Amino acid sequence: MIRFRLNGTDQALDVDPEMPLLWVVRDVVGLTGTKYGCGQALCGACTVHVDGEAVRACVTPIRRAENRSVTTIEGLSSDGSHPLQKAWLELEVPQCGFCQAGQIMTAAALLAKNARPSDADIEQSMSGNLCRCGTYNRIRLAVKKAAGT
Amino acid sequence: MKLAWHVAPLLASAALALPLGACAGEASPRVTVAVAPAPSSSAPGVLLPPEAFAGISDVHARSLALYGEAAKVIASPRCQNCHPADSSPRQREANEMHDPPVARGPEDEGVPGARCTSCHQDTNLELARVPGAPKWHLAPLEMAWLGKSTAAICKQMKDPTRNGGKSLAQIVDHVTHDELVGWGWHPGADRIPAPGTQKDFGRIVAAWVDTGAACPEESR
Repeated sequence: MIRFRLNGTDQALDVDPEMPLLWVVRDVVGLTGTKYGCGQALCGACTVHVDGEAVRACVTPIRRAENRSVTTIEGLSSDGSHPLQKAWLELEVPQCGFCQAGQIMTAAALLAKNARPSDADIEQSMSGNLCRCGTYNRIRLAVKKAAGT
Repeated sequence: MKLAWHVAPLLASAALALPLGACAGEASPRVTVAVAPAPSSSAPGVLLPPEAFAGISDVHARSLALYGEAAKVIASPRCQNCHPADSSPRQREANEMHDPPVARGPEDEGVPGARCTSCHQDTNLELARVPGAPKWHLAPLEMAWLGKSTAAICKQMKDPTRNGGKSLAQIVDHVTHDELVGWGWHPGADRIPAPGTQKDFGRIVAAWVDTGAACPEESR
């Protein structure tokens, strides 16, 4: 039995400790906001937080989350009021949208540690999150807007 | 359609045909191995034991020969790739830039949102091919090896300001027991391991220290 906290709710799941966190949140718990992209930690679409740190859920075994707190895009705010979510809507960042949950979760991890990131900071932190629609300029603008810079 | 987690990375790999950690099988062009008088040449991937150097009566010469053997490990891409002199780790046999691009960060563990452990776990992931070991991180900048000769690295390893503040005894302990160092001999996927074993390397380094930790001169 693996116990952890998911978006503020305690979970106790009888799953293989090696099952990646992505499968736990999508297939076992049913939260499908986090996306499967590459399955190899190369695209960032599956990014969630474990104790506030961004991790690639597709390669993170659920045992790593045991007795820790996991946050997915559904848990970033209860009503879409996180500054990043508001900025994302205001600037109409997404095109197809598939990568955007991962983009927002990585940006949230950045802003939690660095409230006023420079362009270079944003580029460094976000460089592992791919967007095949090429919305990178709007992503950067939205992160800066959320940061109030 | 749901993907089974046991096989999903294989399917993604086949579909995307991404060049994931493939070893080129080519030695790094940037590393110059200091040549010391070894008792006999050993095959690639083999590390001679300290006893093989017992026939060298001159202690200084023996120490140089022992370091020459240790340098086979130090020059391995499995070691060099995590000792870069800039912000990016390297990968594969020719010290290619890390893909996806990542940054060292102030504590050598990545940056917010993209820490080393955002992707790297405490063990290798065979299906996803992501290498992993406990406390995955870069060696500090002052401990950079990449682009330096093994003669220069030898002097660096003895300098506490450039070896993580370690005594020679602590260096021996570090190379013999550290789990992240030990990954070099268990790199997973089709990465070429460092020569010998971690235990062999520890014995060679200990013997080098015991014989005075001699360093070769830079070759001209």
